Amino acid sequence: MKILVAIKRVVDYAVKIRVKPDKTGVVTQNVKMSMNPFCEIALEEALRIRESGLASEVVAVSMGPTQCIDTLRTGLAMGADRGIHVEFNDALYPLSVANIFKKLVEIEKPSLVILGKQAIDDDCNQTGQMIAGLLNWPQGTFASKVVLDKEKQVVTVDREVDDGTETVCLNLPAVITTDLRLNQPRYATLPNIMKAKSKPIKNFTPEDLNVEIKSDLEIVEVTEPPKRKAGVILSSVDELIDKLKNEANVI
Amino acid sequence: MANRNCRNTLHLLKRSNPFSHSSPNPSLLPSSSPLNSSPVSKFSIFGTPFHQNPIHLQPNIFHSDNKALSFFYPFRISLETKQWGVGVQNRCYGSTSGLVQRNPRFSNLNDEDVRYFEGILGAKNVIQDHEKLISANTDWLHKYKGSSKLLLQPRTTHQVSQILKYCNSRCLAIVPQGGNTGLVGGSVPVFDEVIVSLSSMNNIISFDKVSGILVCEAGCILENIISFLDNEGFIMPLDLGAKGSCQIGGNVSTNAGGLRLVRYGSLHGSVLGIEAVLANGTVLDMLKTLRKDNTGYDLKHLFIGSEGSLGIVTKVSILTPPKLASVNVAFLACKDYSSCQKLLQEAKRKLGEILSAFEFLDSQSMNLVLNHMEGARNPLPASQYNFYVLIETTGSDESSDKQKLEAFLLGSMEDELISDGVVAQDINQASSFWLLREGIPEALMRAGAVYKYDLSIPIENLYNLVDEMRTRLGNEANVVGYGHLGDGNLHLNISTSKYDDKILSQIEPFVYEWTSKHHGSISAEHGLGLMKANEIFYSNSSETVQVMASIKNLLDPNHILNPYKVLPHSLTS
Repeated sequence: MKILVAIKRVVDYAVKIRVKPDKTGVVTQNVKMSMNPFCEIALEEALRIRESGLASEVVAVSMGPTQCIDTLRTGLAMGADRGIHVEFNDALYPLSVANIFKKLVEIEKPSLVILGKQAIDDDCNQTGQMIAGLLNWPQGTFASKVVLDKEKQVVTVDREVDDGTETVCLNLPAVITTDLRLNQPRYATLPNIMKAKSKPIKNFTPEDLNVEIKSDLEIVEVTEPPKRKAGVILSSVDELIDKLKNEANVI
Repeated sequence: MANRNCRNTLHLLKRSNPFSHSSPNPSLLPSSSPLNSSPVSKFSIFGTPFHQNPIHLQPNIFHSDNKALSFFYPFRISLETKQWGVGVQNRCYGSTSGLVQRNPRFSNLNDEDVRYFEGILGAKNVIQDHEKLISANTDWLHKYKGSSKLLLQPRTTHQVSQILKYCNSRCLAIVPQGGNTGLVGGSVPVFDEVIVSLSSMNNIISFDKVSGILVCEAGCILENIISFLDNEGFIMPLDLGAKGSCQIGGNVSTNAGGLRLVRYGSLHGSVLGIEAVLANGTVLDMLKTLRKDNTGYDLKHLFIGSEGSLGIVTKVSILTPPKLASVNVAFLACKDYSSCQKLLQEAKRKLGEILSAFEFLDSQSMNLVLNHMEGARNPLPASQYNFYVLIETTGSDESSDKQKLEAFLLGSMEDELISDGVVAQDINQASSFWLLREGIPEALMRAGAVYKYDLSIPIENLYNLVDEMRTRLGNEANVVGYGHLGDGNLHLNISTSKYDDKILSQIEPFVYEWTSKHHGSISAEHGLGLMKANEIFYSNSSETVQVMASIKNLLDPNHILNPYKVLPHSLTS
């Protein structure tokens, strides 16, 4: 059984984001880029499934410019068996990514596709659902627990939803997207970094896969959230009640 | 629910985890630890849980006296019931040198003095409030406690000058205070000295983007300067655990070392100018912004590292290096100390221009952090190793730096200098590696009583002291060794359940004698303060100390500045 994992190269989550002066996007030049944390969790889950003997191969997929290969190397150093890089130098939106993924699934024939629930750059939270839709596969999104039954060919997924945890049972092949509490990703150790250097990364372009990249989305403007105002210290309870009533309008 | 902004979600979800307390440059544990110990105040009252980097907000909010209050609040009750430290209790844990007598030449503070200060500073900057004074009287380790009745908060150099001139004429003793994060009892009163806090002098005066020279007032909190420079694309040449509380004036006065010294050198190199006020109120304007200036005696160096005993530093100009884009961190395991040493030699050769930190810790330190620090995670759990090394590189090109580091690490692994290791793949991982090194002081605090020694020792012999101390103390204490191996700086810490004179007499003077015998220094970066004032002869000849005393007499003839500290009591009282 094979698992396909999507990993995205994004601005490191600890970096302070700056919006470009012309409001067309965020500054990415000279900014530390890392693997999307949810993708790390997706990859970790795939590796654990493989290590428990339920899968034979984990293939990491990344889409974007040449530097995505660095992110793929990180994935390989964590333990993925090989990588696929779909090279594209312009913006990629969830539907395009899902279309490319569909083609890769047709080539690789995995039983399970695992993705992060969303990327921390655009926060779309759409790709996993779209892949499932295009492939007509069942989906278990926002997974906080994944249990695979190889014999019955089903996977049980605990999902974090607004009113608690929902448990769903999916027939394989299936799509899973991962939430933060699913696992704690491993570090890349030196021996594994060394091994990763010789692992193969296959290169495609969208044309190779016969996918036309087009988008129905247009980014109008990117702006910073409004700055938080400084707090005030009040001197009495009466004043607090007055503010809550008349300024905050909450009581 | 799942589709909220995930950068923020991550911060929110991980807020119980100390990693998330870390800013991108993750080194604020010792200072912020007391704040972390009251996460409620941090997150719900003052903090903004949805902010990108919550920690950056904190110093702005806490740097007034409120900081000191919340800092000590959890301990306040015990502070009042236990008899800590020195001063009126005439009791000192820090050193067997022990008993210090109040110098009878000093006057006692009276109402007239207070009124005079109120006239200069305004009543709200003259603090007599009992609770505020408790925190200003007590050091971070809760080891030293004075009994000052007055805290002054000048806002200008002129006010500092007026205060000193008056105190000098009245023979009132003074202790200058910055962030009060010192570890040798240098920043708190011993008896009833008037505390002069520089906290209100916290303005950045100028920054030259071409030369990278920053001029600021002494009370600027290090982390605020770091954030300011970050926006300008520069960094401080100095970074240390206490950065969330410590102030630049204190850093300069104690010649603080820290984590990046191996790359950027000591403050004697990066401080270009100082404005200082002498005991008689004279303002020495040496606030130059020149890299080269050979005109007579370079007096600013007298104020770097003299712990406020020669004058009060009020302004500083510092040369800051540009911020480079690529930072990599590796956490490595070594089987023995000699491998750590060889690894350092190799790192200097092969990582040369990009090496920015080389820190080490032994397995005892590692266990302490893992046991006492929430969120600390062993990156190499497969096996227990004797030593761990943290290497940081800082350079301008991500891919070539990473390649260079990996080639170095793989080579060292083949040569068996490294037994195992991990390389951080993102900033969060880098922070979690730094936590293991920087969390040690806080872990020690949580483990019980701790005797701290900060020693410079030729690298070859550095760890032998830890081994010998372990043999000496047997099962009575947990002896841990860690520090800035790249600088030959060992932090020898001895952790026990409570302070005990028997144990202390086993440690001192042995530790000083040993260090002296091996041509080391009994204070690498913490200073002498009260703890080691009488031990200065272990590291300096009597002739040298005599000249120091002459300088003291010249600049502060009444010895009102930070008395009982730095120089031996026999020479100054």
